[in-house]
Amino acid sequence: MAAALLVLLALAGWEALVRAEVVDPLLLPAPTDVAQALWTDRAILSEDLLVTTGEVVLGLAAALALGALLGFAMHLSGPVRRTLRPLVIGSQAIPIPVIAPLFILVLGFGLAPKVLMVALVCFFPVTINLYDGLRDVDPDAQKLLRSLDASRWRRLALLEAPSALPATFTGVKIAAAVAVIGAVFAEWAGSDRGLGHTLLIANGQLETARAFAATVLLFALAIALYGLFALLERRVVGWTPRTAPRGGQ
Amino acid sequence: MDLELTSVRKAYGKVVALDGVTLRARANETVAVVGPSGCGKSTLLELVCRLTEPDAGTIRAPKAALMPQRDGLLPWLSALDNAGLALRASGVSKRDARAAAHEHFEAFGLTGFERARPGELSGGMRQRVAFLRTLLAGRPVLCLDEPFGALDALTRSQMQRWLADALLQEPRTVLLVTHDVEEAALLADRIVLLSPRPGRVVETIEVDLPRPRARTDLAIVELRERALAAIEQRELA
Repeated sequence: MAAALLVLLALAGWEALVRAEVVDPLLLPAPTDVAQALWTDRAILSEDLLVTTGEVVLGLAAALALGALLGFAMHLSGPVRRTLRPLVIGSQAIPIPVIAPLFILVLGFGLAPKVLMVALVCFFPVTINLYDGLRDVDPDAQKLLRSLDASRWRRLALLEAPSALPATFTGVKIAAAVAVIGAVFAEWAGSDRGLGHTLLIANGQLETARAFAATVLLFALAIALYGLFALLERRVVGWTPRTAPRGGQ
Repeated sequence: MDLELTSVRKAYGKVVALDGVTLRARANETVAVVGPSGCGKSTLLELVCRLTEPDAGTIRAPKAALMPQRDGLLPWLSALDNAGLALRASGVSKRDARAAAHEHFEAFGLTGFERARPGELSGGMRQRVAFLRTLLAGRPVLCLDEPFGALDALTRSQMQRWLADALLQEPRTVLLVTHDVEEAALLADRIVLLSPRPGRVVETIEVDLPRPRARTDLAIVELRERALAAIEQRELA
């Protein structure tokens, strides 16, 4: 309730500022103008939303698969861990706007470079959180399973993988929230469709209201994806106490 | 087969946890290891469970099952699945493990809580689930690490009586680590007193008393005082 009130208040203030011509509407369109653009451009925008959502969902799926593969491999094998960890961390230092045109050059204007960009942005939080979660196991439970002569595989299946789930979900939620950035950069580098593409064109044409409308949809997309995974998390890891993060009595 | 530790020494870096510890438990005997915190009691159990190797001395022991200090229940598993965990770990299917665990639920006073997760169980129930898991491992030796340390006084005394009964039904060789001298006197056939770090055996007391025992029995009270005096004397020296 309070949050909704705050947003309404901010929107009203913003509207008033633009109406009073304190700022140029070309730089900052009023919320009502943005809403207007959302409605009048609904045909293009809904198509763009569909395109970008497709890229983001496929990219996230790829990131989850890659993150799971890397996280487990790094956990299970010392040589793999030593080889891959610096590369995984290094991958996050790659400047996205610089690499995006390269992807387009190599992979063309199709779906592939977009999915790859989203995956590149998203696999890191999944990998690292899964890997840390697998290592951060209750030492008592670990001792218990070792005393029972549980095989490496059974320790992974019975103890390590389930106890890594909460951390992994944190990683996945972060990935869901930032996935949109990857898609937008990839569309900027070379695309004729998608919210990022429309954002770029609208900016060039000084159609600020439409640019804002596209941004609002990107907002909504990120929030919806995050919410989806948060919902899934509550269903899957219902055992984690909400108040005490972990190890609570 | 008896359990036998001879002149066992274990150090972690420069910290000597145990030094020259010798103790013995005959089959189906309960031996209580009592000592102040940090005297290497948990290390002793880890050695018996083969989780770590001694630096010196020898250990002859049948296979042992560990009940860790904090119950070690997995928060995402139901009481039934937690109780069957030892079976799952050795490759038994989920269904069979559940069936085997469920056979004991009534005797353990857990009926109706099969699907409850550890977070929904009381402290006493959690310990019973953990003990059932340890029992179902099917090992001749049970290593219990302060099993009732986290319970309130009332629950603890109930659980002590319950454990004594359970061991009468299903006799096992038990190594019981505790800092509670009275608990040792109530449950054990022999009490081994350890000194503060490095843990050495200060005294071994045979408890040749009939069961069931009550904390108010004169013999128990005397035994408790004798053990306490032995520990205090050691600490002052």
